[in-house]
Amino acid sequence: MAMTIDGNEAVARVAYAASEVIAIYPITPASPMGELADIWAASGRTNVFGTVPEVVEMQSEGGAAGALHGALQGGSLATTFTASQGLLLMLPNMFKIAGELTAGVIHVAARSVATHALSIFGDHSDVMAARSTGFAMLSSASVQEAQDMALISHAATLVSRVPFLHFMDGFRTSHEINKIQTLEDASIHAMLDRQAIDGHRRRSLDPDRPVLRGTAQNPDVFFQAREAANPFYEKTADIVQSQMERFAQATGRQYRVFDYFGSPTAERVIVMMGSGCGAAKEAVQQMVDRGEQVGLLQVRLYRPFDIARFIEIMPATAQTVVVLDRTKEPGAIGEPLYLDVVAALAEQWPRSVGQPPRVVGGRYGLSSKEFTPAMVQAVLQHSVESTPKRHFTIGIRDDVTLTSIPWDPDSLPEPADVTRAVFYGLGSDGTVGANKNTVKIIGEETDFHAQGYFVYDSQKAGAVTISHLRFSPRPIESTYLIRQANFVACHQFDFLQRMDIVESAAKQATLLINSPFTHDQVWGHLPFEVQQQIIDKQLRVFVIDANRLARQAGLAGRINTIMQTCFFALTNVLPRDQAIAKIKSAIEKTYAKRGTSIVDKNFAAVDDALADLHEVVIPAQATSRVHKSPAVSADAPDFVQRVTSRIIAGQGDLLPVSALPVDGTYPTGTSRYEKRNIAELIPIWDQEICIECGLCALVCPHAAIRTKRYDAQLLNDSPAGFPHRLIRGAEDEALSIQVAPQDCTGCGVCVDVCPARSKEIAKHKAIDMLPKSVHIAQEIERFEFFQQLPESDRTTLKTDTVKGSQLLLPLFEYSGACAGCGETPYLKLLSQLFGDRAIIANATGCSSIFGGNLPTTPWSRNADQRGPAWSNSLFEDNAEFGLGLQLALESKVAHARQLLESLHEQVGALATEILAAEQRNEQDYASQRSRVANLLNRLCSLDHPAARELEELATCLVRRSQWIVGGDGWAYDIGFGGLDHVLASGRNVNILVLDTGVYSNTGGQASKATPRGASAKFAANGRAVHRKDLGMMAAGYGSVYVAQVAIGANPAQCIRAFHEAESYRGPSLILAYSHCIAHGIDMTTAMSHQKDLVKCGFWPLYRYDPRLAHDGGHPFHLDCHKPSLKFKAVAMQEARFAMLMRSNPEHAAHLMDLAQKDIDDAWHYYEQMSGVEREFSDLILNE
Amino acid sequence: MMIDLSTSYLGLQLESPLIASACPLTGSIESLRALRQAGAAAAVLPSIFKEQVEHDEMEIVRMLDFWALSSPESADYFPELNSYNTGPAGYLDLLADAKRHLDMPIIASLNGDSLAGWIRYAGLIEQAGADALELNIYQIATDPGMSGASIDDTYVQLVQVLKRELRIPIAVKIGPFFSSLPHLADAMVRAGADGLVLFNRYLAPDIDLEDMRFIPALELSTPDELRLALRWIAILRDNVQISLAATGGIHSAHDVVKSLLVGANAVACASALLSRGAGVLTELRDGLESWMREHDYANLEQLRGSMSMKKCPNPEGLIRANYMKALTSYTPSV
Repeated sequence: MAMTIDGNEAVARVAYAASEVIAIYPITPASPMGELADIWAASGRTNVFGTVPEVVEMQSEGGAAGALHGALQGGSLATTFTASQGLLLMLPNMFKIAGELTAGVIHVAARSVATHALSIFGDHSDVMAARSTGFAMLSSASVQEAQDMALISHAATLVSRVPFLHFMDGFRTSHEINKIQTLEDASIHAMLDRQAIDGHRRRSLDPDRPVLRGTAQNPDVFFQAREAANPFYEKTADIVQSQMERFAQATGRQYRVFDYFGSPTAERVIVMMGSGCGAAKEAVQQMVDRGEQVGLLQVRLYRPFDIARFIEIMPATAQTVVVLDRTKEPGAIGEPLYLDVVAALAEQWPRSVGQPPRVVGGRYGLSSKEFTPAMVQAVLQHSVESTPKRHFTIGIRDDVTLTSIPWDPDSLPEPADVTRAVFYGLGSDGTVGANKNTVKIIGEETDFHAQGYFVYDSQKAGAVTISHLRFSPRPIESTYLIRQANFVACHQFDFLQRMDIVESAAKQATLLINSPFTHDQVWGHLPFEVQQQIIDKQLRVFVIDANRLARQAGLAGRINTIMQTCFFALTNVLPRDQAIAKIKSAIEKTYAKRGTSIVDKNFAAVDDALADLHEVVIPAQATSRVHKSPAVSADAPDFVQRVTSRIIAGQGDLLPVSALPVDGTYPTGTSRYEKRNIAELIPIWDQEICIECGLCALVCPHAAIRTKRYDAQLLNDSPAGFPHRLIRGAEDEALSIQVAPQDCTGCGVCVDVCPARSKEIAKHKAIDMLPKSVHIAQEIERFEFFQQLPESDRTTLKTDTVKGSQLLLPLFEYSGACAGCGETPYLKLLSQLFGDRAIIANATGCSSIFGGNLPTTPWSRNADQRGPAWSNSLFEDNAEFGLGLQLALESKVAHARQLLESLHEQVGALATEILAAEQRNEQDYASQRSRVANLLNRLCSLDHPAARELEELATCLVRRSQWIVGGDGWAYDIGFGGLDHVLASGRNVNILVLDTGVYSNTGGQASKATPRGASAKFAANGRAVHRKDLGMMAAGYGSVYVAQVAIGANPAQCIRAFHEAESYRGPSLILAYSHCIAHGIDMTTAMSHQKDLVKCGFWPLYRYDPRLAHDGGHPFHLDCHKPSLKFKAVAMQEARFAMLMRSNPEHAAHLMDLAQKDIDDAWHYYEQMSGVEREFSDLILNE
Repeated sequence: MMIDLSTSYLGLQLESPLIASACPLTGSIESLRALRQAGAAAAVLPSIFKEQVEHDEMEIVRMLDFWALSSPESADYFPELNSYNTGPAGYLDLLADAKRHLDMPIIASLNGDSLAGWIRYAGLIEQAGADALELNIYQIATDPGMSGASIDDTYVQLVQVLKRELRIPIAVKIGPFFSSLPHLADAMVRAGADGLVLFNRYLAPDIDLEDMRFIPALELSTPDELRLALRWIAILRDNVQISLAATGGIHSAHDVVKSLLVGANAVACASALLSRGAGVLTELRDGLESWMREHDYANLEQLRGSMSMKKCPNPEGLIRANYMKALTSYTPSV
């Protein structure tokens, strides 16, 4: 049967059908495979053996691999899915599984391993790191192959006993939708050898036939025993080939261990594996058609590497072999595949046909870098030069070590009969969803082949999506983005102002614009540059006001089906009536389960669409006075102008190697230069009714609301009407609250929390959301004035209050987090209170993405250029990484003190003052900074080696604040072992857990913080067990400061906890309730909702302070009242609970009852804890 | 003496005039069974709120689409569940179940404020086996341009349309706020309505004084509220031949008796059930029976409408005179 699905689904279907145990853990881009397995199991879908696989989420990939190992040893057919760091965490078990000759399969969506930076995108650096484990490695190059090789892996491992790592390229294959011929369960079953399964089961651990496995061996026999497995590896390639033959008989699709395409008498042959083969095949075909002697040798089975088959398939005429590796191994002679090919040719090239061919190697496609037929042609052409680069790169410009080969991007255009369409949309407007439907419609309901690939933004709020769709009479193997589209759609009019939409249009292409302007008005509103491109490329331009139509249909903002209808009408891929019928049937398929009214509304939108679609008459000349906006403002620093702005403008691919830092180090304070302008409504302050509480600024997730208190005389230079309040009792001072109008995301959280309401008009608050278009000019002017007002003197502020803390400059601003994010207000607060002294270790997750994803970072610096120093190590090691930073700091401080003591005579009383300084509050820090500055002055004049050394270290004598930040996936699950160890260490670190109760960044998978009864990915039937009480586990140590806070429920308690945690000179743990889009809540009212979560006892607020654990003190303090609401009443306001109640009411009600009991029990426990006296001898009272 | 409590309502034969009105207790098969055992002669299932159904569906879509397909790391944030039980499916299952398991007429109820969508839901309700349909029309006029007559028209038009589509009888539950109820009732009869249910209580929201916003508020009815229905049933009974049901304030057997006296074919209660449980129905039936026994009535035919406006001894007491009397009673005589 033909289906149009992505690589992840293609693989998951096979893996699920062929497995009895599936261990899962989320990691991009492999998560969807685990999610599908979980959903299928939850709905009772059976495997080919008629049972429902046990699908179990583990705490890490290391855990998944351990469970896999156990399940295999237990005689089950088992599998797991992973990528990147996840695969690396599986390595120890992989050696074991292979060493024990245990049949099993790991499916990998190959992804870059984090080095100088994390990247979620695809290359082979992860799988190449696994090549010594003893796993066989089978590579897929397309969605069809991903399915087919998945099955061949499951079949071959059973017969060979060698475990298999099957991999496809992350994103390019895992996320590409393509039309494939799917496998039925019967054919999957038929491929799995019954006897081999029996053998696998017989080898399992069973007390009825006990054996011992996993021995410890000594120098006498280990080596021999290691070699004893050789015969199995020698047979593996034959077994794989024979399974491929069986597969071909069953399906008609013939694969070989190595496949060859191109001229049988090729002189130049490319050797590669993975999705790049699609682009390479197209290039080779066009070059062969031109009469060139070229070919492509596609590696499918990479390990064990079958030299004989490799030599056999390599044309004897080959003179030059170009080996392309999608990985980098710094310091190696060449990359792994290159070295394998060199060795293979050297060992077994038949001398009878002459000298072995010359081999050159190159790297391509790291982190999903584009790899196109034009690049293939370039490397093939380069390889025949007299002195080709032996180790080149292709796809980038390396102006440093000159490895790169240039290519002509316009060479080898795509065939004319392929329809190529590119759509620019917003994540929220449904563009991608409609395009996925379009690909399915054409792929599954016509004879055409269809492909969809989707490029997403790195920002969450206001995320831009670009869809690349191809339709062709032939199978589509174009594994690269569309450069010359016949159809380009711009689903948001403002994109034309800031993005190069028309760039991707081919000559005489069709451009469809969703425009608020009619066809006879729109021309004048297009930027000059766009007009010129339209004229130059002779584009046909059509407009439709899809936003208006969507509103009329009751689908405000959801313009997708309207634009989809226009696409079909303008491209004629299908007859119009047929297209509309199929769109409607797709709508029905997508939405029927969710309700008929949404189906009806979409039908209405489709029916009305075409009447409003009009062609624009194109004038002969571009005349617009509107010009495209620059990516960053003119005052941006050099690096931002040179590098960051190019990335923002979507031109990062054009940056040469020399433009980029060599070690992954980037400047902070850059988000302010990326004015994203994504809000439709912005908050406007009414100073008349404001009560100066500071809540609006406190909760603003994007630091887009600022408060300042300043000398009222400065108002003399203010723009007219600049809003301010004179401070009561200090009328020479004024206070202003100001929005950063171009940085605000329009989430509305500030308005929700504002307690000041007009007496006359109940709906009017001291801050109201108003249309940005009306206020933007005035607010930009006001914000500019506001920015140059001086910051408050930190030493004079009461920073333990909401109001006082919000006069502190945020050093975390304008993040790309989701509008209304529940995590960012805590980080902003942290940055305000301690940012100028903070070092932050940040676990991978949402906070590392909005914190550190290029192009810009929200981590910022103050006027003295001080600010948080931030780094992300890994997901699993963040506590340890933070501890390491603290150890380094302690070591530096100790050394600096030692040096200062040794210079005591020369420095005098200043040394004593510095060494004895208290450093408990802002005044102390300011004094110490001033002393250290004096010291540095003094040191200049000292001719002493210790003085030179101390000059480098002295600044650390001002107390630093070490923070370890991450989400619950890190703290509760993957990083818990390390977190626990750090808590036990007694060291002075502050740990902030942004607790959303799910793996937010990877799409809302359950963690051990997920509450009972919540439906989440990997817990589709509702989480059945209660959430882990991490706070009490930590409090159990006695010596750890622990606080549970919810900034929306009790901001004062939250601020107090931050101060207490930071001032405690031992380990501190703050569990911060963070609402999240994955809860299915109204993000605007999420802060108020936190109040209810505390009131119902779901999230009790408390502080455990070891400093009180002496002399009969009670270190545990509850900061909230006894629950006054039932949990269910509050939970039903969150879709994660309410959905389950709809879907499976009885089960949900049962879980809700248990959840209430959890809460009752926890409260009872906490009440008892409040009365507990503790006395700790190992208290760290280094005050 | 054998007392015959049977009655005819909307053409349905009921073993007594006691109907369990739409409320949470008629929302599950278990509680319906308890109501039946306690003496309910028919039950009105809770309303399908058309707008609520559509709102729920849109909310589910909004939730599932929220931030979906925006990030390379997460196509969505919720597992796609097998079913969301949106729309009327759950309701229709309850209806079919009730019909299967209970030997009393089951009346379905539809609530909405506009014409659109009524026909689909009403059709599904009929197919699922409802014995009758109660329309709960709820239109709050906020536009000064909208006349009372146009609102009446909407009601009547809706009944006309549905009568064309359905074979089952239709009762219309209305509120008391019409300029001329007899005029409206007459129009309803002409449109084909099989009965009127008097009155919908139109729950009005309260104000949260801290949050300064309207909040939904549910107050149970009190016995004195019934007097509104008593007056209007007494007036309407002589003008229309269709079924009339009294609702809103039925708390005691005397309330039932009074309702029957003014001309009701049946009484429907909810608040009493919610506050005192299904057993109230037994009290009402026994109380009705003993009142009739004490007053020597053998069946409801004798009782029904014997105090209608035309048949009562003091019709002036029904209208303004009642008001005058109340005034004079409290005014010291000169």
